Amino acid sequence: MSIVADKVLMKGNEAIAEAAIIAGCRHYFGYPITPQTEIAAYMAKRMPKIGGCFLQAESEIAAINMVYGVASTGLRVMTSSSSPGVSLKGEGLSYLAGSDLPSLIVNVQRGGPGLGGIQPSQSDYFQATKSGGHGDFRMIVLAPSSVQEMADLTVKGFELADKYRMTSMILADGTMGQMMEPVSLEYDIKPAIAKPWATTGTKMARPHNIVNSLSLVPDELEELNFARFERYRQVEENETMWEEYMMEDAEICIAAFGIAARVSKNAIVEARKQGIKVGLIRPITLWPFPNKPFKAAADKCKAFISVELSMGQMIEDVKLATECKAPVTLCNRAGGMIPSPEQVLESIIETAKKVGAK
Amino acid sequence: MKTTNYLFAGFGGQGILFSGKFLAYKGLTEDKQVSWLPSYGPEMRGGTASCSVIVSDTPVGSPIVSKPDVLIAMNLPSLDKYEDSVVPGGMIFVDSTLVERKVKRTDVTVHYIPATKLASDNKTPTLANMIIVGKVLAALGEFDEEKVTAALKKVISAKRADMLDVNLNVMRLGAEY
Repeated sequence: MSIVADKVLMKGNEAIAEAAIIAGCRHYFGYPITPQTEIAAYMAKRMPKIGGCFLQAESEIAAINMVYGVASTGLRVMTSSSSPGVSLKGEGLSYLAGSDLPSLIVNVQRGGPGLGGIQPSQSDYFQATKSGGHGDFRMIVLAPSSVQEMADLTVKGFELADKYRMTSMILADGTMGQMMEPVSLEYDIKPAIAKPWATTGTKMARPHNIVNSLSLVPDELEELNFARFERYRQVEENETMWEEYMMEDAEICIAAFGIAARVSKNAIVEARKQGIKVGLIRPITLWPFPNKPFKAAADKCKAFISVELSMGQMIEDVKLATECKAPVTLCNRAGGMIPSPEQVLESIIETAKKVGAK
Repeated sequence: MKTTNYLFAGFGGQGILFSGKFLAYKGLTEDKQVSWLPSYGPEMRGGTASCSVIVSDTPVGSPIVSKPDVLIAMNLPSLDKYEDSVVPGGMIFVDSTLVERKVKRTDVTVHYIPATKLASDNKTPTLANMIIVGKVLAALGEFDEEKVTAALKKVISAKRADMLDVNLNVMRLGAEY
């Protein structure tokens, strides 16, 4: 199905919204917050024209519970917010997981904690990958690094959510949401998979389906957890995504996602001009984390640098994946600031000196 | 292999974001890699607005322009803030109607265009931005009317098609200044 054949310039936020519509999402619930409000604005304009539903909820909590309602019927549904708003959705995220409902959540991150600021940040990494809410659960966390990926991973996110009955989260940041780049929205959308669990009315022809996260018998609840984690294991096995950039001969490996990866690429090009063999592993799925390439890199690289727009969150996963075989240092800005290519370059040069890398 | 980093800056309402979008679309219609990134802080409300545009033969890395090759300063705060960030050998375009001081740097090429006055004399007071863009393209040797028109068609909606010639005319005005 081709909607837009020519490449057009779109903001990342708009690309997410249009891609969601192309993927068959006809229900959007949200509450405005910078820097992602363009998603809601786009949906408000488009949904009524295509028989969809745009609803500005009274709060983020209401919006996530509306997502729960539509997800129960098996339809593709989404909400979007930015950091403080996503915290409010935490309870709903846990309930969605406990009920094994597929949905797409977008977090266009801003600096925190608290209300924080409105400039770009990656400081919700822990929240997205470790503890979106209470209880044992995971979300598939997708980290776009271009406007094209904002769209592509939205489509992918819906597919994965349906396939594994999980929440997919797009973890973007203010830069990704606000910037415009050429984007092509040509997708081969597969027909929706069967959802025999959906609460669509029995029509007196089948037993009732029940969507619920309450389970008071502990051994039954344990069984549900085990089954859920078997699905998570399959996700880890089949759906981990990453990009490797100039890693063939790299002696220093940068770990960065989203906007930090783009800044890092600039720095790598400059460092290579100075003869430093440095490359990048860019996780595209933050959960499941791409342990494999990092583990492989740990055998040949002398040092790792985690470049982040936070006080250092992904760095913990880099240390785990590399089993601390080589030193991992942090190169960061926080609170809405973005590391400059010069700062990353400096960090590369310093690291190269320290470990004697060429 | 060429990459040009543009930084547009001025007051909110001067069309900073639009002129950036035009340049990005011009790059796109010429099969270049492009990115456009606006400032989106609270400063946009009545204060300064800025926008980074990168046009390149190779994929764009960071979309943030911290060392512009070309700075377009449409007011004094913008010149004060960004003058020092321009790369040596770069270009600065100043709206000399609104910026009374001269550029201090001696290692850059400077163009002073009284864009706001030219725009108001031309009875198109809202198009000072495009007058400067015309001058920028002319100075870079990229003022090709066919390509300019193709890009204008992309940024001006069909409903406002009458604005196409108006924009082209003021860009000529800038290019010939």
